[in-house]
Amino acid sequence: MSPVASQTGLAFALFSILLVPFTIAGLALINTGLVRSRNAAHVMMSSLCIVSVAAGAYFVCGFAFQGFAGGPSYTVRLGGTEWNWLADRPLFWRGLDWNGSPAALAAWMQMLAVALAAAIPLGAAAERWRLSAMCASSAILAGWIYPFFAHWAWGGGWLAELGVNYGLGHGFVDAGGSSTIQALGGLTALSMAWILGPRRGKYTHDGMPTAIPGHNAVFVLLGCLLAWVGWVGLNAAGAILLSGIDPRRVGLVAVNTTLAAGAAASAAAVVTNVRFGRPDASLSANGWVGGLAAGSAACAFVPPAAAILIGLVAGIAIPLAIENLELRLGIDDPGGAISVHAVGGCWGILAVGLFGRFPAPVLNTADALAGRGTLGDEGQWLAQLIGLATLLGLVLPLVYGVNWLLNRLVPQRVALEGERQGLDLHELGAGAYPEFLTHTDEFLQR
Amino acid sequence: MKIAGFLLLVAGWLLVVAALVLLHRSGPRALFTLAGVAVELLALGLVFRAHRIRRGGPL
Repeated sequence: MSPVASQTGLAFALFSILLVPFTIAGLALINTGLVRSRNAAHVMMSSLCIVSVAAGAYFVCGFAFQGFAGGPSYTVRLGGTEWNWLADRPLFWRGLDWNGSPAALAAWMQMLAVALAAAIPLGAAAERWRLSAMCASSAILAGWIYPFFAHWAWGGGWLAELGVNYGLGHGFVDAGGSSTIQALGGLTALSMAWILGPRRGKYTHDGMPTAIPGHNAVFVLLGCLLAWVGWVGLNAAGAILLSGIDPRRVGLVAVNTTLAAGAAASAAAVVTNVRFGRPDASLSANGWVGGLAAGSAACAFVPPAAAILIGLVAGIAIPLAIENLELRLGIDDPGGAISVHAVGGCWGILAVGLFGRFPAPVLNTADALAGRGTLGDEGQWLAQLIGLATLLGLVLPLVYGVNWLLNRLVPQRVALEGERQGLDLHELGAGAYPEFLTHTDEFLQR
Repeated sequence: MKIAGFLLLVAGWLLVVAALVLLHRSGPRALFTLAGVAVELLALGLVFRAHRIRRGGPL
């Protein structure tokens, strides 16, 4: 019996999945704390809408396209090798066995994972993204774009089979979603930041950025702690259900997740202390979440010391990426979503190739491997690099193109008046803090 | 320039896929994959630059 099909494995997975919503709640709190008070309720409401729409779209067609390793799929023959590119399951989750089967648990976990991926772009597009356009964009992401890449990486697709078909290690490996959730969400955030442009008043006429601080650092830091709880569940559930690790290794997953986050937050605090003279709370929080994002892919396959190293690199890279995106590249990302999730996730993908050691074949390739010998770790870095190249070279243009087209049909940016007024009043009709005064001085051109 | 950047991104990915399908020895395959990723990074730089200019001139 494979580890994932054992009663212990399923019990661990079930408990872990129950923790995953904390990740979404944490991210929603972080995004809310990092925007101005006039947009706070809008961001929280947007998070709820995104989760609702993403879960619905994933239920309608997402899981049908993504599938589960070993399930029916479409293949195309390329260079004498079968390339598994799309799952072939019925729509509306029909045919799923609801008796605690691994496929049913994976579908449930994926519904939460896709909601998390869809919530990431909100961090970059906050304070100027219309609610209706956001829902449409999230539906497309959850129903079509995410399932394609998730099938390739997690559903037994061509990336997962790089080891079996081309001798590249164990194929593309991502236990907790550094690629499918974090990098995909982060690249969508980048696309949205490009399409929407910066907030009014963010840049002066001569192109210098102005600081627009968030309204509640306590929300941000509390969100980090909530996200950590959820992330442990997400990584554990992913490692058991999608990578097929022995449930007894769940302790290692939890330790690695925590160490990566802690190392990243510490490194970010030191970097900001060196650069600005004191540790910056929001950048350290970004470092924490970036460490979680980077540590996800390798959480079940590296020793704790490697998890610390992964976190340290993420914690140094993320504050520098945030600074450079804003200062040099003119990208306005209020929540730091691009740096945290795209940069952190991409580093996490590569880290598997650098530090990963695999005690057994991962679940994605176990079926395809039957009767074909064993896989070594050699070439793992190349499999990870091909996964990263697919995200940058195929998924990013696809996400940008689809959202650009959507922007032509349904304008995604709110009107100038809405931005000035605040999206709470403009789109929801009531503010998060009605007893507060609204200050408009930051809209003066500098 | 923006469209050229995105097309170049896809071209880089196609180079990676071509390396996988057409080359069988590990050395050349790794080399061509790295070349594909390098093309993607160049393309990403182009897209960043295009958006920066479109926003109102270099910073």
